[in-house]
Amino acid sequence: MKQVLIVLVEDKPGVLNRIANLFRRRNFNIESIVAGHSEVPGTTRLTIVTDEEERLRRNIIRQDLLKLINVIEVVDVTEQPCIIREYALIKIKSDGATRGEVGALVDMYRGRIVDVGTRSLVIEVTGEPSKLDSIIDVLSTYGIIEIMRAGKVAITRGAENPADNGGLHLWKNSRGKAVTANAHKEGKVS
Amino acid sequence: MNKSERILTGAELLWECLIQEGVEVVFGYPGGANLPIYDTLTAYRDRVRHVLVRHEQGAAHMADGYARVSGKVGVAMATSGPGATNLVTGIATAMMDSSPMVCITGQVAATALGGDAFQETDITGATLPLTKHSYLVMNVEELAETFREAFYIARTGRPGPVLIDIPKDVQNARTAFNYSAEPINLPGYHPPEKASDEAVTTALDMINNAEQPVILAGHGILMSHAMEDVVELMEQASVPATPTLLGLGTIPASHPLNLGMMGMHGTACANHAIQEADLLIACGMRFDDRVTGKLATYSPHSKKIHIDIDASELNKNVRVDLAINADLATVLRQINPGIRKRKREAWVTKIAEWQKDASQRDILQMDSPVLMGGQVIRTIWEGTPEDAVIVSDVGQHQMLTAQYYAHEHPHTFITSGGLGTMGFSLPAAIGASFHVKDKEIWVIVGDGGFQMNVQELGPAVQEGANINIAIINNGYLGMVRQWQQLFYEARYTETPISSPDYVKLAEAYGLPGYRVERREDIPSAMDSARSHQGPALIDFVVEKHDMVFPMVPAGASLHEMIRRPHPKHATIEVGK
Ligand SMILES: Cc1ncc(C[n+]2csc(CCOP(=O)(O)OP(=O)(O)O)c2C)c(N)n1
Repeated sequence: MKQVLIVLVEDKPGVLNRIANLFRRRNFNIESIVAGHSEVPGTTRLTIVTDEEERLRRNIIRQDLLKLINVIEVVDVTEQPCIIREYALIKIKSDGATRGEVGALVDMYRGRIVDVGTRSLVIEVTGEPSKLDSIIDVLSTYGIIEIMRAGKVAITRGAENPADNGGLHLWKNSRGKAVTANAHKEGKVS
Repeated sequence: MNKSERILTGAELLWECLIQEGVEVVFGYPGGANLPIYDTLTAYRDRVRHVLVRHEQGAAHMADGYARVSGKVGVAMATSGPGATNLVTGIATAMMDSSPMVCITGQVAATALGGDAFQETDITGATLPLTKHSYLVMNVEELAETFREAFYIARTGRPGPVLIDIPKDVQNARTAFNYSAEPINLPGYHPPEKASDEAVTTALDMINNAEQPVILAGHGILMSHAMEDVVELMEQASVPATPTLLGLGTIPASHPLNLGMMGMHGTACANHAIQEADLLIACGMRFDDRVTGKLATYSPHSKKIHIDIDASELNKNVRVDLAINADLATVLRQINPGIRKRKREAWVTKIAEWQKDASQRDILQMDSPVLMGGQVIRTIWEGTPEDAVIVSDVGQHQMLTAQYYAHEHPHTFITSGGLGTMGFSLPAAIGASFHVKDKEIWVIVGDGGFQMNVQELGPAVQEGANINIAIINNGYLGMVRQWQQLFYEARYTETPISSPDYVKLAEAYGLPGYRVERREDIPSAMDSARSHQGPALIDFVVEKHDMVFPMVPAGASLHEMIRRPHPKHATIEVGK
């Protein structure tokens, strides 16, 4: 199973570079990385997927990320119930003759045709990574020109924000006023 | 605006920040991109001392050496481009050994960044994997807070080097200076403090029920000021301890439960004890390959407790049964009250046997007619007070120093452990001399390593650094030659190395230099060197083909040591 990490970072220059550098330096593999603004102003949330299988190594990846000063919280959701989605744009060969047929296929996958050319179509599709694999497989019979996949994004199920117990909580507390030097030193032990 | 606020340039503000942080001395070198900083130094000279190095690598090592003896943050400064890149080896050295340091580099103007301007180097990018954190300050308003954060990050948690890159236009820009006294606000940085009650209970259970426990005493003991707590644990529970290279001095060498250094050139006794232990208590160390040998056979029968402030070190190299991510001294103060007093006579007796054997075999025959590196270092130990600060370089003489100089006190042995940086010792000792005023400082360095940063004799003389330099001159890159002898059929490719006449070199630099070729001359040369106020140098011409024993070959199990051949039937050739 792939390791899925949800990482909350400060919106500071070079943060992505630090993360990418860490993976390279420690010889860990990033399978995909997606970043975007989170619900907290001044922070970015990333979904990082790695191919690390081993529990202890997975924990080291998490701890190494936490060691970066600008990383606020890292939640390993690999073994948590969560929703994982991926987005893809797929450009295939298609002329008037096959357009209708493709349209029907795309509907079955709840995708959309977003651009029509005389000899090509661009299809947009969202879903679990396996669903994307499947539609790509089906469409390949028409001839694939180009695929753009956006990497996996993950969110946990349920009412909690898993980062709330750790760094995010501190971050929220600290906004506007500085936390006292020791308030956050409890916790995060053993 | 607050009345107490003054309008300052970035360059002035920098010196104000350093003063606020209690910085007494800065090691640096000027250039185009930090000229404003140097120009404003004039106004701050009475409060901050600046040492002009001869190569920026020297500045980084000086800051590092100063940090290691003082526990304070060392500061190094360089211009952009080549000045900044010259710092890199020193930054990497400090990173590997968790030494608190702030490096300040000048940068081309923010408006010119990214355009390959003259002497532009992406130094924050280049040092990304070598620093604990780094800053490129694009706005003078952010400068003061950056300094506050940088010093805080450098000295707290697991200490390390922090780099601040300041474009020239930011040095010239003006802003109101206000050094906040508020607590630092870093949402992603929370050094852990204490262990959970559960972890303490488990640890106590493991320690109280172990029959053959061993403490692994690392550099973290120094950082956490846990010296007394470790000794208390040793004595209460009769647990022997073995230091890492950087852990030397954390436990007095003379302590009966101190087994001596572990690892590749550690004592046979320590390595045997680790291999036969049923419990390892790892205190602020990181199971480097030089101390574990082959991981698959490392201490196979033991349960393991690992206490470290850096969570990413836990379960990294060695799988442990109990990992405690917290401040070591705090944890030991939680654990020690619950320790059951035990004598562990069987274990202590067994260890005493190994100790006897080790002292007979591995310690060099002191009566050899040829001058040997080990003899010199032993004689230096005999002739120096026990609080002397010893700064060693990297190579055979480094391991001989670890073995033959008995370190009694913390912060008295400084060496580049993790990176093994040749050329470290001379500048590091100069840096140390700005903190250590009333103790002797001795540099122990090979003829190879001394020639790597020999230019720093310049500032040593200029600043009157009170250091004694002992060159262990064997005409070889000795440690590499040792590997060639043992593993490459004695093909000594590019390891013989010539030296200038060091006595004349000393004279040229303006310091006294002595040469010693016979054992009986060591003490008088030492006396001459130390009676001189300022730097002095002794060139000890020693046996060329000496070896460091015992040795665990790289990749072998810890108990598979090559021992010094028994004196009665020596097979290693000496004096060829
Ligand atoms: C900067 C650097 N380059 C190369 C090495 C590899 N190296 C390790 S020990 C050693 C030999 C050191 O020779 P010397 O300084 O004469 O000391 P000796 O071993 O003879 O005591 C070398 C070349 C190193 N550690 N550091």
